[in-house]
Amino acid sequence: MRIALKILRYDPERPAGPRFETFEVEADPGSRLLDVLLHIQRRVDPSLAFRRSCAHGVCGSDAMVVNGKERLACKTLVRDLVSADGADGGGESGGSGGEVTIEPLRAMNVIRDLVVDERRFFDRYRAVKPYLIDGGEAEGGREKPEDAGGPADSGPEPAQASPDQESGGSGEGREAPYVGTAVPLLHRESLQTPDQRKVIDEATNCILCASCFSACPVVRMVHPGFIGPAAILQAYRFQEDSRDRGFEERLEVLDHRDGVWPCESRFECTRVCPRGIKVTKHINLTKRRILDAKGGKKV
Amino acid sequence: MSPAPGAPLHRHELDVLVLGAGGAGLYAAIQAGRHSRLRTAVLSKVHPLRSHTGAAQGGIGAALGNVEPDKPEWHAFDTVKGGDYLTDQGAAFVLAEDAVRAVVELERHGLPFDRTPDGRIDQRRFGGHTRNFGEAPVRRSCYAGDRTGHMILQTLYQQCVRNDVAFFDEFQAVDIFLDGSTCAGVAAVNLATGDLHIFRARAVLVATGGFGRMFRVTSNALASTGDGPAMLARRGVPLEDLEFFQFHPTGLRGLGILITEGVRGEGGVLRNRPGERFMERYSPTLLDLAPRDIVSRAIVTELREGRGFVGDGSADDYVVLDATGVGKETLRAKLPDITGFCLTYLGLDPAEAPIPVLPTAHYAMGGIPTDTFGRVMTARAPEECYRGLYAAGECACVSVHGANRLGTNSLVDLVVFGRRAGDHVADFAAGSNLPPLRADDIDRVREALARLRETGPPAASPTAADLRDRLERVMMEKVGIYRRGRDMASAVDALKEMRRRWLDLGVTDTGRVFNREALEILELGNLLDLALLTAASALNRTESRGAHFREDHEERDDARWLKHTLARLEGGERVSLSYRPVDTSVWAPAPRRY
Repeated sequence: MRIALKILRYDPERPAGPRFETFEVEADPGSRLLDVLLHIQRRVDPSLAFRRSCAHGVCGSDAMVVNGKERLACKTLVRDLVSADGADGGGESGGSGGEVTIEPLRAMNVIRDLVVDERRFFDRYRAVKPYLIDGGEAEGGREKPEDAGGPADSGPEPAQASPDQESGGSGEGREAPYVGTAVPLLHRESLQTPDQRKVIDEATNCILCASCFSACPVVRMVHPGFIGPAAILQAYRFQEDSRDRGFEERLEVLDHRDGVWPCESRFECTRVCPRGIKVTKHINLTKRRILDAKGGKKV
Repeated sequence: MSPAPGAPLHRHELDVLVLGAGGAGLYAAIQAGRHSRLRTAVLSKVHPLRSHTGAAQGGIGAALGNVEPDKPEWHAFDTVKGGDYLTDQGAAFVLAEDAVRAVVELERHGLPFDRTPDGRIDQRRFGGHTRNFGEAPVRRSCYAGDRTGHMILQTLYQQCVRNDVAFFDEFQAVDIFLDGSTCAGVAAVNLATGDLHIFRARAVLVATGGFGRMFRVTSNALASTGDGPAMLARRGVPLEDLEFFQFHPTGLRGLGILITEGVRGEGGVLRNRPGERFMERYSPTLLDLAPRDIVSRAIVTELREGRGFVGDGSADDYVVLDATGVGKETLRAKLPDITGFCLTYLGLDPAEAPIPVLPTAHYAMGGIPTDTFGRVMTARAPEECYRGLYAAGECACVSVHGANRLGTNSLVDLVVFGRRAGDHVADFAAGSNLPPLRADDIDRVREALARLRETGPPAASPTAADLRDRLERVMMEKVGIYRRGRDMASAVDALKEMRRRWLDLGVTDTGRVFNREALEILELGNLLDLALLTAASALNRTESRGAHFREDHEERDDARWLKHTLARLEGGERVSLSYRPVDTSVWAPAPRRY
């Protein structure tokens, strides 16, 4: 089928400001929007700039605004754009029907065409200390595993580390209980139940593509300093991890006028998330956790 | 992106420069970063979180023995046998033993593995991983849903943030300064400005990942163009065992998107059009969980014999991966991304309909030859290494994967050897000085880049896109799963001709900021060099072993070919081949049956 991509172009090395340029190309309805963009860049106009890498929705490079909505180009099929997404014209009738508008992500400066400067996004990500704060050094050198049955510094004594009687089908009918490989006690994994793990599962899906940041009306129009949905989601992922001890440390960023509070629950982040994460819900859970910890008072 | 004449030249001095920010590069940076007196930085052409490690799905193998008895020795054996005995056996032990420690360390760094009911890291079955030297499948793969690589990449990046590792994001490396046997640094272009940056360093660690983009159908990211090994090849570094390139059996039909072996680990079954579980004929013991080279060949054989769903053995023909027996709940809980890929791209729910699949180019077993500390070895003597030059991850060849890598062992390789190389490079850098740059090094780079500011000859001549299409087709058709001498010979000729044409390419876009056209020309050049070395290595090896299967030499020939290939690029397009012995100190090579 024939489709028209109306792309917002910007070249910092040319005096003209941003302008739309329309490319009419032949595209298989089952192909990805990314395939069409690659075709244009390789065959029609090599100067078209956009990021891409994995091409199947897991690396987060090719987020862009498609017909007004943040999407990953590699996770968007041509047929979906022309039929469902309300592009004007003759639908998927095979004629030169749909026009698809493509713009760079919002809330960040444009470097060239569809490439934006993501520093504003990643600086906020970094601000929430997006890593496990486990109360010890991660080397496993000094903290005591919760399950430590024996003396803390008993060295490589595997038998001790595994006092489990009958865990998950391990070796019934064997002479001696199997005790795992010879990992020194202090270097053993910390324990986490499947239920504890489940609490953070959805949040760990985030690929930091910045779609939610771009879509957030608060970031764009109300409170530009707002830390944004993805950063809060990352904070949630750690603060609700049963192994993490960093809740207090992250409070100074989250319980701040630029922290969680500017969020107005507009649900745009949830609507655009290409990983299907209910981002707003996680933000609200984070707010509640802070309120509970502080006995009900905002900053 | 290429520097304009007179454009600013930026100079940096570092102790350790890591090239590439996937699993191996990040792990190395974390380790090297522990030495507070060393200036360590990571340079990557994509933002680290966009690296292809993030696309790995099924798991990371380690003999934790959390759910059933297991031990590193069995893991090492499976790795050796899986590699069709081309694996260096001492290195396989390092891999298997360090894997246990590395997985625990990743967990300690925060990686959210799936858990057993009693709270330990859960493990599942994966192809070629067995208990007791091949008796039956073993649950060895530690996993986080079907996005284990995503979690590893995220976790390592988080630790880098925590440790304040310095990054140069979106810098394209264009040359590695290697004078004789000493590495002195790297030249790179900042994609956002087009400026040239010269990084002098006491040591450089190359971790640029794979180069599956030389094939038409691949699971690899668009960025997987082998920049590191190609730059080194042009500097005279030999590349090892390139003829062994893995085709993963289950790529999504038409797209090559990976469908993890974990689907089969959870009970998914491959079927042909008559509905047969055809792996029963090829691998009676391990069935669908046989190593990937065997399963990929089985699929192609089924297609050739007319049992595909189209039935004509054409490029559109396919078999199916039937996961309907796995159960909706398990698919949702343990393989959610796979479910999503099928829904997004094919509009089918794997709980209800079988998934159309075809083999997809997936992983380079070969690469930059290193020892088990990541030091890059010369072709001259087995023990001789370049000074200050390290490599780790898919771009390197230790060799632990031999002629065919087992599933999960790529992630094991990244963390084990990324970590080891990081420790070693830091120690090396702490005790060495900044090597001098050669006077003409920078001029050479400027010259090479100059033509990327000039418009090429108009029309008529092939464009970069034409050459890329041809490269992908030639490699897919002539240096793919089944190979023949005369096909590969014609591939070598075609690739040489393409390299010459590549030299004539110019740009139409002379902009400096995010000039993708220039970048893709550089990447294409890298792929062409690696493809030539791959085809030449494959042509010369007149036997079948692991992923290298020749219809004109169907048997493994240990007497003549139990050795590693070292392929060196000489004078542009001449490939010189030499060989070095395999470490078989533990297990004598035996016939490989599953």
